[in-house]
Amino acid sequence: MNYNWNWSVLWEPEYLGWLLSGLGWTVSVALCAWGIAMVVGALVGVGRTLPSRLVSTLCTAYVELFRNVPLLVQMFIWYFAVPEMLPEEAGRWMKREMPQPEFVTAVVALGLYTASRVAEQVRAGIEAVPTGLKSAATAQGMGVAQVYRYVLLPISFRLIVPPMTSEFLTVFKNSSLALTIGLLELTAQSQQIAEYTFQSFEAYTAATVIYVLIALCATIVMTLVERYTRIPGYVGKGN
Amino acid sequence: MGDFDFGVILNNLPFLWQGLQLSLWLTFLAVLGGIALGTLLALARLSGIKPLAFLAAAYVNLIRSVPLILVIFWFYFLVPLALGRPIGGFYSALIAFVMFEAAYYSEIMRAGIQSVRTGQVHAGQATGLSYWQIQRYIVLPQAFRNMIPILVTQGIILFQDTSLVFVVSLRDLMTASSIVARTEGRLVEMYLFAALVYFVICFAGSLFVRRLQTRMAT
Repeated sequence: MNYNWNWSVLWEPEYLGWLLSGLGWTVSVALCAWGIAMVVGALVGVGRTLPSRLVSTLCTAYVELFRNVPLLVQMFIWYFAVPEMLPEEAGRWMKREMPQPEFVTAVVALGLYTASRVAEQVRAGIEAVPTGLKSAATAQGMGVAQVYRYVLLPISFRLIVPPMTSEFLTVFKNSSLALTIGLLELTAQSQQIAEYTFQSFEAYTAATVIYVLIALCATIVMTLVERYTRIPGYVGKGN
Repeated sequence: MGDFDFGVILNNLPFLWQGLQLSLWLTFLAVLGGIALGTLLALARLSGIKPLAFLAAAYVNLIRSVPLILVIFWFYFLVPLALGRPIGGFYSALIAFVMFEAAYYSEIMRAGIQSVRTGQVHAGQATGLSYWQIQRYIVLPQAFRNMIPILVTQGIILFQDTSLVFVVSLRDLMTASSIVARTEGRLVEMYLFAALVYFVICFAGSLFVRRLQTRMAT
């Protein structure tokens, strides 16, 4: 091994600034994408369990489509292919005038991809609710919407919190794919520092440590959420 | 959208096929290496030897909190440095994938090993088998069998992950599609084609997993 160590490079204002701005982009992409994933994932996951054949088929198709194409390919399709496929006006707007095109594209691509994984958790949660509860609610004269609103969703959304923790961690890691469309998030910044300074070891170590810290923070947040949403008497079921 | 050009795909089919072969070959080798190393890590965590279990757990948790792209960058830099000479992009990528996926496979194998009832281990000990004999003849064969669907699912994820070698310009299906897309100026066709190929392979894989699961449930 022949390597010149120089850890001080990480404290030079220029490179430290790059790392921090990379961290900012990583967290923003991940949190915004998570927001989309929760909303779309909940809708699609519920849709898969609905009695309507049409809706459940469409939602199943969504999950299969987004789960079986690599995120990188999806990212490229949103960034390079979609503007070409849209009507001319809209395509030109996406390419020329849309603010922060890399950021918006990364958020949309990562959000819709993660939604397919969230949807699977939501569906599993709804299916984990004992069928007797649903039958009891129907016997009381509740309609489908009421069964979901008052029985299925309040229980299943709390049941799926533990498995959602790992999806939440994954969204931060997957946000690194935004570098392929030119967003300078944390991984991209560390690689750029490595290229500028030849201090690859230091640069990658910095990024690694930051990702570990992100994972720790995310785990702590989710542990608190888990504690708050746990259903008394249901303990251990979700683990 | 009206001028979708299938010709560009047909003309470059041999080049794309080479890319797909690299993707599949990388997936195959990484699955084998990942399961082997992952099983060792799982055995280390369950060995009861504290320092060994701690090291294995630390490795698994470290790798699992870092993105794959960063791990690829790490090994592209570390492997030539450690060996003192470059060994080519493919082998650097392969080592990165094995080291990365081993962390995920070790969690699967750990669950698999724990799914084997302890009575079986006791029976093995009572008949005088050594630790390695018990693992080799009793625990691991059953652990593998119980985990086959999840191991295959992880293999499908790994196949999708191989598209990330794009970041180091290794010519897999994704990189090949992107090269054609740029040189021919046909982004829509090439990226949709790549998506289709990945989808068909992964969807077929997931149907296969579903069949395995129903067969094992009965």
